[in-house]
Amino acid sequence: MISREEVLHVAGLARLELTEEEVERFREQLNAILEAVGKVAELGLGDVEPTAHPLDLVNSWADDEPRPSLSVDEALANAPDRDGDLFRVPAG
Amino acid sequence: MSWEAVIGLEIHVQLKTRTKMFCRCAVGALDDPNTRTCPVCLALPGSLPVPNRQAVEWTIRLGLALGCEIAGHAVFHRKHYFYPDNPKGYQISQYDEPLCVNGRVRLPGPDGVAEIGITRAHLEEDAAKTLHVGGAEGRIHGATASLVDFNRGGTPLVEIVTEPDIRTAEQARRFLQLLRQTVVELGISDAEMEKGSLRFDVNVSVRPTGSDELRTRTELKNMNSFAFAARGIEHEIERQIATYESGGQVEQETLHFDPNREDAPPLRSKEEAEDYRYFPEPDLVPIEPLREWSLDELGGKLPESPSARLERVLAAGLELRDAEALNAEPARVSLFETIGEAGVEPRAAAAFVLNDVAPRVDPARVDGAELAKVLRERDQIPREALDAAVAASASKGFTADEYLRERTVADASELDPVIDRILSENGQQVEAYRGGKEGLLGFFVGQVMRETQGKANPKVVNERLREKLKT
Amino acid sequence: MIETLRLTAEDAAGMLERGEFSAAELRGAYRTAIDERDPELHTFLTTVDEAEGDGVPIAFKDLISTRGVETTAGSRILAGYKPVFDATVASRCIDAGLPLLGKTNMDEFAMGSSTENSGFGPSRNPWDPDRVPGGSSGGSTAAVAAGLAPWALGSDTGGSIKQPAALCGVVGLRPTYGTVSRYGIVAFASSLDQIGPIAKTVRDCALLYRIVAGRDPCDSTTVELPQPVELPEAEDLRGLKIGVPKELNETEGIEPGVSEQVNRSLALARELGAEVEECSLPRSVDFGLPCYYLIAPSEASSNLARYDGVRYGYRAEGDGDIRQLYARTRDEGFGDEPKRRIMLGTYALSAGYYEAFYGQAQRVRTLIKQEHDALFERFDLLASPTSPTVAFRLGERTQNPLAMYLSDVLTIPSNMAGMPGLSIPCGLSDGLPVGLQLIGPQFSENALFRAGHALEQALAFDYVPERLR
Ligand SMILES: [Mg+2]
Ligand SMILES: [Zn+2]
Repeated sequence: MISREEVLHVAGLARLELTEEEVERFREQLNAILEAVGKVAELGLGDVEPTAHPLDLVNSWADDEPRPSLSVDEALANAPDRDGDLFRVPAG
Repeated sequence: MSWEAVIGLEIHVQLKTRTKMFCRCAVGALDDPNTRTCPVCLALPGSLPVPNRQAVEWTIRLGLALGCEIAGHAVFHRKHYFYPDNPKGYQISQYDEPLCVNGRVRLPGPDGVAEIGITRAHLEEDAAKTLHVGGAEGRIHGATASLVDFNRGGTPLVEIVTEPDIRTAEQARRFLQLLRQTVVELGISDAEMEKGSLRFDVNVSVRPTGSDELRTRTELKNMNSFAFAARGIEHEIERQIATYESGGQVEQETLHFDPNREDAPPLRSKEEAEDYRYFPEPDLVPIEPLREWSLDELGGKLPESPSARLERVLAAGLELRDAEALNAEPARVSLFETIGEAGVEPRAAAAFVLNDVAPRVDPARVDGAELAKVLRERDQIPREALDAAVAASASKGFTADEYLRERTVADASELDPVIDRILSENGQQVEAYRGGKEGLLGFFVGQVMRETQGKANPKVVNERLREKLKT
Repeated sequence: MIETLRLTAEDAAGMLERGEFSAAELRGAYRTAIDERDPELHTFLTTVDEAEGDGVPIAFKDLISTRGVETTAGSRILAGYKPVFDATVASRCIDAGLPLLGKTNMDEFAMGSSTENSGFGPSRNPWDPDRVPGGSSGGSTAAVAAGLAPWALGSDTGGSIKQPAALCGVVGLRPTYGTVSRYGIVAFASSLDQIGPIAKTVRDCALLYRIVAGRDPCDSTTVELPQPVELPEAEDLRGLKIGVPKELNETEGIEPGVSEQVNRSLALARELGAEVEECSLPRSVDFGLPCYYLIAPSEASSNLARYDGVRYGYRAEGDGDIRQLYARTRDEGFGDEPKRRIMLGTYALSAGYYEAFYGQAQRVRTLIKQEHDALFERFDLLASPTSPTVAFRLGERTQNPLAMYLSDVLTIPSNMAGMPGLSIPCGLSDGLPVGLQLIGPQFSENALFRAGHALEQALAFDYVPERLR
């Protein structure tokens, strides 16, 4: 069972400022979902290799050849706030 | 009780590839802000990383140079943290399957050679740059806003982690110096601390000498020079020892140095338990180096390591200071060795390379064997002739002959008749000398030199004159 | 007057070629249809006034980046975001001369099975506007079913092309993972997301797949197709061995009307010369859903970390430090379902849980793949219903996330294994379309097209919703 504190901890890790109502609702829903999915946690699969990808690909890369970058205006086209050619955010 | 320090290093080296690690923006951290960006390094929705093959190859080369095992199968992971310099919300790095592991670097020093274990060397991407405004210039405290420039974001970084095998600040300094030289000589990084292309963190703890316990460590971050780091480490060791000796406990914390101000005291912060939520980067596929490269071939092309060179130079009996100064350039060492092989005593050879050759000509272009011939006769030729030989030693077709022709007359049997004649021609001065005016020796030397057109060896002339004037 | 309801892309292309109408006229006809029917159905989030290309027009699910055209992935957090680059599939469609009609509605970040999780209101099913079109590509499938676009691109992570295609009575292909570029596709779960065609016929799907498939140097996980895409011609199924996994056909919750139509199709397949035989996927179905609901949210929690209000998209108002800016922006910008999955995924990846959840789910994924591989030694294709039910009513499952998750129980197992799947309409149950799912081994798209086409001909399903005929 996930506790309220765990919900808040996870929300903190994920940078979600949940309302009180959301905390309680997500706690219940996450518990229900985890109970349903939890059965995979109990399988004994020590000797089975994990599959990260459906295809067995390796060594996919590109040569070190530059391609054009975006223009500054394109880079900042969607910025919610800017200062000259820099993205502006509150201090941390 | 006596204490010893336990020190580990974590070094980040920017690779000098033409393009970034996971996109093909040209690397240019110092170019105009946000002119080196694309959907990938801005983390625009839907963009995907494509690894830089050159960066992978160079990391493997570095791994080989550090005596590492190269993984048969290496994987990129995502490391999550939120900060404006980290646009995806995760850094693509490596976790439990890095490219290089289990290395070993010999660290020669005045008291012999220490072995420093290399836990791992892995490939990752650099963060963007944030500038803090509104508070004291450039400092985060008191700032009201941060401005973000994504040019640096995504530059390839190799992270090298050592085992806690280092015992003194001086060893740490030497290790960092050798590592820096290694990457520079491999041609994979500029490793310039001022430009941030080499950065490191230091973990320090202390324990009673001889014990093998591992006590709480502190982390020193953002150091901007080797000397500064060495001082920081010394301080921290002293502080920890003093803490234990007064019955206190060292707390796990991080010391952040202000990279712009060496005189500012470090800011201490409690280590927040991080939860990076590593998992294999699903946008990338694994790396299997052996399917792409022959390690023998990559390893075979490696230049000699600066560590091996330093070890040899120290073994020749030099002081650490001179040995390191020679080791700063491979050509200095090889010149030193050529000269030594020609029979010049090591300390003299080192002093000659460092004081006479290096300030004037590029040692890499010097014909060492020819220059050594002149140097061996240093006592037999005028100072000016030697200087002229050094100046010419880097030019094409340099031979010793021309300078050896200036060789002096040192044979007493040749000199004695000349001296006898001069003494007999200058009876008055001889009397005066014998009467106590020893300053006249210079007069006789001058006469002999003139007679021999400067070819006489002044040392021998002096000896013979004193001898003969005594009687 | 061009009637778009019955027009296939292939026929439209032929008519364009013969000069029966111009590309602008064709596009205009779809725009008229959109103006007429979309106010009720809400399948488009954005329509495009100017578009280049003299071919058959197309609609894109709104997670495909289109330069200068708003791309939201159905999320308020991306409202107003106009990409400065085209997704690779968008470029390939432009290169093929397909003008863009607009961007279609979807569940927010492709998380959902009904399109009700859209941040901009749900789409409706053209067969019955009180019902959902399925999801998350419900805007695309409903638009094609209602004659608002001849074909469209959707994306499928757990079933988001196949399931809404089934619910809307159209054809949808989820291709083999790695055959279609994900570059420029707003990511949900990277190891599962795949772009695929949605159209009225199997041949149209094959034509569109041919345009978008193939290795993309901008997507490290793509490969070149081992064989070129073949347009299906065959009208029979001789020589084809079809396995019918009983777990996929007898799972609790499959409506009798759905089973009936699927069984009728399988009988037809036998008549067409196929060998049809029961088989079993004992663990894939049991563990597929749990495995999916660990892997997809974990990857999503990571993929959605970039929505932080710094470089694009929604930013919360108010004072505060950077941490508060993030937390508020993300709380206000994301809808419930993304938040739920971010929470679930963050939890599953967090210290102490990784091995039990994500690590374990990856091992289960191996089992699922092995089970499928083993069946494909005996069979060319597998068959089952695509969705256990026909289109459900709006609001019916929104209060219960688990019930919604079960909508994909039949599509998820083969997706986990990276296998391609085709859904074709195979009949009606209570007046609503039923989808037949055909699954093949990796890179078997040509076999899927062949079987799908032959069955499609034999089934003679009328894809025009009854109420629009
Ligand atoms: Mg690092
Ligand atoms: Zn870039």
